[in-house]
Amino acid sequence: MLNVLLKKTKPVALVLRAPGTNCDFETLQALKITGFEVLSAHINDLISKKVSLSGFNLLVIPGGFSFGDYISAGKIFAVEILFKLKEELTKFFLDKNRIILGICNGFQVLVKIGLLPDETFVQKVTLTENDSGRFECRWVYLKVNKKNPSILKYLPDIIQIPVAHGEGKFFMSKDVEKDIINNEQILFQYCDEDGNTSCGYPLNPNGSLKNIAGITDKTGKIIALMPHPERFMYKEQFPCFRSYEINIIPFGKLFFETIRKIL
Amino acid sequence: MKSSKKYCKVINLISATDDKLVEISDKGLLSLTLKEMQTIKKYFVTLKRNPTDCELETIAQTWSEHCKHKTLTAKIKLKYKKGRKFVTKVYDNLLKDTIFYATKKINHKLCLSVFEDNAGIIKFDETDAVAFKVETHNHPTALEPYGGSSTGVGGVIRDIIGCGLGAKPIANTDVFCFGDISTVEQLPEGVFHPKRILKGVVNGVRDYGNRMGIPTVNGSIVFNKRYNYNPLVYCGCIGILPQDKVYKKISPEQLIILVGGRTGRDGIHGATFSSAALHNDLPTSVVQIGDAITEKMFLDVLLKARDLNLYNAITDCGAGGLSSACGELAMNYGCKIFLEKVPLKYLGLKPWEIWLSESQERMVVIVSKELKDEFIDICKKEDVEATVIGEITNTKKLEVFFREEKVCDIDMQFLHKGNPKFEFDIEIKFQKIKKYDKNLEISFGKSLVEIIKKVLSHPNVCSKEYVIQQYDYEVQGNTVLKPLISYTQQYSPQDSAILWPKKDSYKGIVISCGINSFYGEYDICSMTESVIDESIRNIISVGGNLEKIFLLDNFCWGEIQNDGQLSNLVLSCETAKNVAIYFGTPFISGKDSLNNYFLLKEKKVSIVPTLLISAIGIVDDIRKTISSEFKSFSNNVYIIGETKDELKGSVLYDILKKNDSKVPSLDYKNAKKIYKTFDKIKPYILSAHDCSDGGMITSLIEMTFGRNIGVEINLSKVDILLEFCFSESNSRFIVEISPDNKEIFENLLNREKVKFMYLGKTTMKPYVIIKYKNEIVCNEEIKNFYNLWSKGLNL
Repeated sequence: MLNVLLKKTKPVALVLRAPGTNCDFETLQALKITGFEVLSAHINDLISKKVSLSGFNLLVIPGGFSFGDYISAGKIFAVEILFKLKEELTKFFLDKNRIILGICNGFQVLVKIGLLPDETFVQKVTLTENDSGRFECRWVYLKVNKKNPSILKYLPDIIQIPVAHGEGKFFMSKDVEKDIINNEQILFQYCDEDGNTSCGYPLNPNGSLKNIAGITDKTGKIIALMPHPERFMYKEQFPCFRSYEINIIPFGKLFFETIRKIL
Repeated sequence: MKSSKKYCKVINLISATDDKLVEISDKGLLSLTLKEMQTIKKYFVTLKRNPTDCELETIAQTWSEHCKHKTLTAKIKLKYKKGRKFVTKVYDNLLKDTIFYATKKINHKLCLSVFEDNAGIIKFDETDAVAFKVETHNHPTALEPYGGSSTGVGGVIRDIIGCGLGAKPIANTDVFCFGDISTVEQLPEGVFHPKRILKGVVNGVRDYGNRMGIPTVNGSIVFNKRYNYNPLVYCGCIGILPQDKVYKKISPEQLIILVGGRTGRDGIHGATFSSAALHNDLPTSVVQIGDAITEKMFLDVLLKARDLNLYNAITDCGAGGLSSACGELAMNYGCKIFLEKVPLKYLGLKPWEIWLSESQERMVVIVSKELKDEFIDICKKEDVEATVIGEITNTKKLEVFFREEKVCDIDMQFLHKGNPKFEFDIEIKFQKIKKYDKNLEISFGKSLVEIIKKVLSHPNVCSKEYVIQQYDYEVQGNTVLKPLISYTQQYSPQDSAILWPKKDSYKGIVISCGINSFYGEYDICSMTESVIDESIRNIISVGGNLEKIFLLDNFCWGEIQNDGQLSNLVLSCETAKNVAIYFGTPFISGKDSLNNYFLLKEKKVSIVPTLLISAIGIVDDIRKTISSEFKSFSNNVYIIGETKDELKGSVLYDILKKNDSKVPSLDYKNAKKIYKTFDKIKPYILSAHDCSDGGMITSLIEMTFGRNIGVEINLSKVDILLEFCFSESNSRFIVEISPDNKEIFENLLNREKVKFMYLGKTTMKPYVIIKYKNEIVCNEEIKNFYNLWSKGLNL
């Protein structure tokens, strides 16, 4: 009885794994802390219909190197989903009360499925190799787009969370750029301490066009970002938490709490 | 056994002459000595038959230096002059009498499993334990930097997955020693330029660690031209496991299951080759090929299976492949293995090749018959291959079959205990320290800033940001002291990494290391003392406690048949024992890599003897730990500990090409006292940084970077300025204290009779200002120092 009650009061999140996914554990923890019921499932569980998407409010594709990312990052995971789970996924995002979240490798997957920037199942943008030519693990400042259609526009103006990726440079054509700007689909942009988004490396760690770090679809129900909010759930995870005068907000926690509010 | 064989070759050993025995070993890349070959011959003479190729390979692998540590466990007679008399000291087993002895003597209550399993295991809290292992992967890296280093990482991670009943890897460490990166002369054929090796190694470590989702949190890179031909790569891994999963439970009639990747011809002879000289026509098949995702896949399922209690023992297939894994697991019982069941990458492997192959990403798991289906099922669900290849018996024999043919039948007793013990008689000649005139001040005193700049951009001192930030040190969300900390875009390097693995308490794990590439050239005892002290003080300076620090040793030595190298090894072990007992910090695991030399036109060129000490500490509250960047201006800055005339082997002397003075040694009177006092003054310390490579001035300047907070110090009390600034004396820290706590801080140090000196104050102005006898000898913007420090690696 208690179980049923809990399920009704708490939204349920599915963290979808593939071989090589490696941020699933901390993503599950982050969701639990912020009030979700969680389940971790391997993509084989969905393909074999052991698990169905229909029971979940939130689908998270976490970070990692799915299938090794030996060819373009997230590509094989995307192809697996596209060819084996397209219908189920379509059903899932057509329901207005559900959210899809892609973090890091998850962002790469969503872009390569063609769910972002719009749900056409045709890839229109990409996340490609960092300009530095190297994997970059750094803490970054993100400017939040206050006009974005997603609930995350209510985050503070500037937040800090870490990035860690080799292929995070957001790249698009001029036409797409016009569209996503007009639709306010940009959610996060790399910036400096003061929120200036014209800064270059290393503040923009990968050379993303328009300093894009995260986008949503037009409705704000499909959300994706390169930085890792699940790595900033406690103030002790912040590099400079040992300074007394700094007022530290764990922005990652705020991130998940904000999503939790509408589910 | 019949003498005619279908699938393997019978080798004529029982009638072989000594010359023939040597030839068999050499041609087969077995790396066995004549004495060992004779012992094997004797064994087969009593069996009245000749060995198969598979048997001989199995023995060679089991007896390899890599697996048996023949030199470190040898009987050693040591002769040296004390006064006018000769003194003899005998070690029955060098390792047992030194390193193990220290651990036994300290008898630390937090040690759970030391020198037994694939890794050392200590208690973390009431329910969980921490495992730590550091491996070397030098020889493969020299031949193929990317493949060598990535499989090094993969291998040590498997050690952690395969220790106890399996630990979850939570962090990696990596330490590299490379040749001189500015080498311009032509290197011999088959030797890569240090720069190329560095890039290959870093890429290999990055790709494997990042893909596995394990943060690489600590490490070190040192350069010395003595590594030009033989780079060193040390890979470490830390794991966490429940305390009721620390011990394996093996018994007869259980099934042996091979999990993970398929077996191919890669990495054959890795174990025996790793202790041979490098030269330019080695086969590349000795280097393994890595694939992190296969390893990640079985890590996921094995941890699940562990928590469901589906298996009773686990170990990795590392050096020596199945031969080593099965041979060791079944040591006390015996086992039967059916090689035709092993899944292969391609056909055509001979039985001994399947048996010895070091193909990566494989684990051997012992499962009871009743749970077999459930275990295999859980693997299958995530596309992990798991195959029953044999079972534990009670025959005390290692029996290996290929189809209907028995290809190996050896007594476990002979295999594991039958090797002849090495014996060495050596004499040590201690060199007298020559007298020298120090004229530092006169020739170099005036250009302090220039010297500081040279030291900061020295490859052993400068920023390793290029490397560190390619590693995902944040994954898993446990890293609460990162390798680099910045508020601006300038980074202050940290002394240790701190992990916060369980969020329901504030307990943490501190990881550090100590290594030096210059000291070993001049004074092996002082080198040993210094690197142990460095690893410990790195933990103390971030807020660790001497009572909860544990050590790992990795000896990388040159050509060991050379007397000087061996006596150095004995001295180093003896010193390590004494220092560990002195600090009460036991060794929990270790590994040696000997014979790191290159055959250059018949001449053997050895590396400088290098000891890596990795240290792990447990802290009760990660919130009370300390980082190195200055926190605020107008605070007091002190140096704790005594700076001595110890410049030999220092970075300054490498730049000045001088070699008088002494190598930093351990001050047995004061070191422990300093560390215990540090624990008491900890609550008042705002930032702390240890003094090591590049001396006190380097540490001081590194502390200014993180927040761009300046410092102004007055060194007028100091006699010899350069010595004070650049000596690398041990057991010293620079600390920042609020002026409000000045008295209580100074009183505590005075009461404990710990030497310290007030240096000056932190300043809002982002400058490093040094006054010396009414003169400003340094007045430089932090930014300028940072630019040199951050670009020193010049890649």
